[in-house]
Amino acid sequence: MASPAAQPRIIAESDGSVVSGDWITAHLKRWLQLQPDLQRLSGKIRLDCQQMDTNGAWVFLKIFGKNPTSWPQGLTDNQLQILELVRSKQESTPSQPSLNWLAKLGFHTLRSFRHGRQLLDFLGRLTLALLAMLRRPWQCKVKLLLDVIQRDGLQAVPIVALMAFLLGAVIAWQGGLQLQTYGANIFIVELVAITHLRELGPLIAAILVAGRSGSAYAAQIATMNMNQEVLALKSLGQDPYAWLVLPKLLGLLLALPLLTVLANLAGLGGGMLVASVQLDVTPTAFWQRLGEEVNVAHFWIGLVKAPVFALIIVTVGCMQGMLAEGGAEGVGHRTTRSVVQAIFLVIIVDALFSIIFSNTGW
Amino acid sequence: MDQHTPIVELRNIKTRFGAQRIHQNLNLQVFQGERLALVGGSGCGKSVLLSEIALLLQPEAGEIRLFDQQVQDLDTEALKLMRTRMGMMFQQGALFTSLSLLENIMLPIRELQKLPESLIKELGMLKLQLVGLPSTAAHKFPQELSGGMLKRAAVARALALDPNLLLLDEPTAGLDPVSANAFDELLLELHATLDLTLILVTHDLDSLWRITDQVAFLGRKRVLCKAPMDELIQQEQPDIQRYFANTRATQAMNRNQAGEVL
Repeated sequence: MASPAAQPRIIAESDGSVVSGDWITAHLKRWLQLQPDLQRLSGKIRLDCQQMDTNGAWVFLKIFGKNPTSWPQGLTDNQLQILELVRSKQESTPSQPSLNWLAKLGFHTLRSFRHGRQLLDFLGRLTLALLAMLRRPWQCKVKLLLDVIQRDGLQAVPIVALMAFLLGAVIAWQGGLQLQTYGANIFIVELVAITHLRELGPLIAAILVAGRSGSAYAAQIATMNMNQEVLALKSLGQDPYAWLVLPKLLGLLLALPLLTVLANLAGLGGGMLVASVQLDVTPTAFWQRLGEEVNVAHFWIGLVKAPVFALIIVTVGCMQGMLAEGGAEGVGHRTTRSVVQAIFLVIIVDALFSIIFSNTGW
Repeated sequence: MDQHTPIVELRNIKTRFGAQRIHQNLNLQVFQGERLALVGGSGCGKSVLLSEIALLLQPEAGEIRLFDQQVQDLDTEALKLMRTRMGMMFQQGALFTSLSLLENIMLPIRELQKLPESLIKELGMLKLQLVGLPSTAAHKFPQELSGGMLKRAAVARALALDPNLLLLDEPTAGLDPVSANAFDELLLELHATLDLTLILVTHDLDSLWRITDQVAFLGRKRVLCKAPMDELIQQEQPDIQRYFANTRATQAMNRNQAGEVL
């Protein structure tokens, strides 16, 4: 351990000065502080130094120059050796290549084209895997499929039900405040049912699943990709898509509509509770009006979106996973992108559906 | 520090993972300037022992003395200081994938003390050249490098603070013979010029002959023997006999002796 005596300092003597202290990494800062004083020294300079390491030697060379004649007296052979070694390694840091704006524009344009191609590539391979499975249905990975249904369907039930229930209650509450002023309490049924069945039920289920499962797909496949597990599957004559993507797609195509139905029921339950507490609409009256006044088409319109959302979530999650490269940061980056893109696309597609359905008179 | 105080001293180390005992009353001394290899069969706790010396794992019982200081007595600050005097090279390199090579090397220097950024960069470049990497590799990311370059970069990061003790976990594993040889040369060169003590875990018999001056053989949950390689293979101990009594070891020895004759 560096003793206090080895601390860098300059001692003036009658016929010159002594530079005392070890030239080691721990003292670099102190030496740099002494640099102006050291360079101002004139006359004979003697060095009193027990240890020197390469970092220290670098700073030594910075202060006393690279020419051995300008070095102070008193260096040991070993220290001279280190100084020689460090002196021979003087390559400067190469400048980091950076792009000008035109090159950047080109780079980003090419990258977007590449993304488009990757998406097409992914969808093509997925379709091929699907066709291969349809030709030989017994090769379907049933266990993986059931695993997906359990993990991404069954285990998502509590959170989806709770969120949808709260959402239904909030809508009923806010809508109820407005309806009450007109005395139109009973219209709460249409308000809650239509918004929930058509839009919010499918949407909340899809968003939760995208956050919950889409990210997990991306992280899992990205890690497998970096670990060369995807290549290993390929080398064993297996189609990675049949193992990694198809079970997730089929599983979520089944699970997400079911979760949507659950979200619808829970949302209606939340609305019903608020209606009976705040607006004096009894649950019996609520159900009756629901059956009489709300067209069942609203339910089907909502439900038809669920498989599309499932396709989006699986495609985005798995594709981001397959594209991952570059270590731990790559996994994090792809996972984030998968969630952001999936939720973004789900909402865009939902908006498109709304436009299409309202234009066709549904 | 003189030659006769051990730089690393382990006394009665006991290690256990669950019900599995790894070390039982293990003793080992490593002196300043030694080039020590830890060898032994798979699962005999070589890497675990290395991690314990690197203060990354705590043994269940026993004393560890590093640089003549009792590790158990040290507070967090002193432990931190002690860690800066050791460099560890992990088996897979363990370079941070989100940083370029140069940034990987600059990180420990920057965290140790406040220095001008340009100086830190220069010191990083110095380390890069010390391990024989081309300066064009500075801005590359770890995933863009070949296995041999990755190992060199890992050594460069371990050397960033000019440690006295360099610990290497299977430095030549997974390298082709040419790269492995070059890497051995690099270690010898660094050892010769810097004030380094090397402790490495290795299965590479060529490396054992080439770079070590002491070999500690681990077996039966302790260090069976610590001796130079040529003495070690003469040992009567059956475990040691079995380890070296295969053709591969003999070939490596013959190669080494032939090399000396030439």
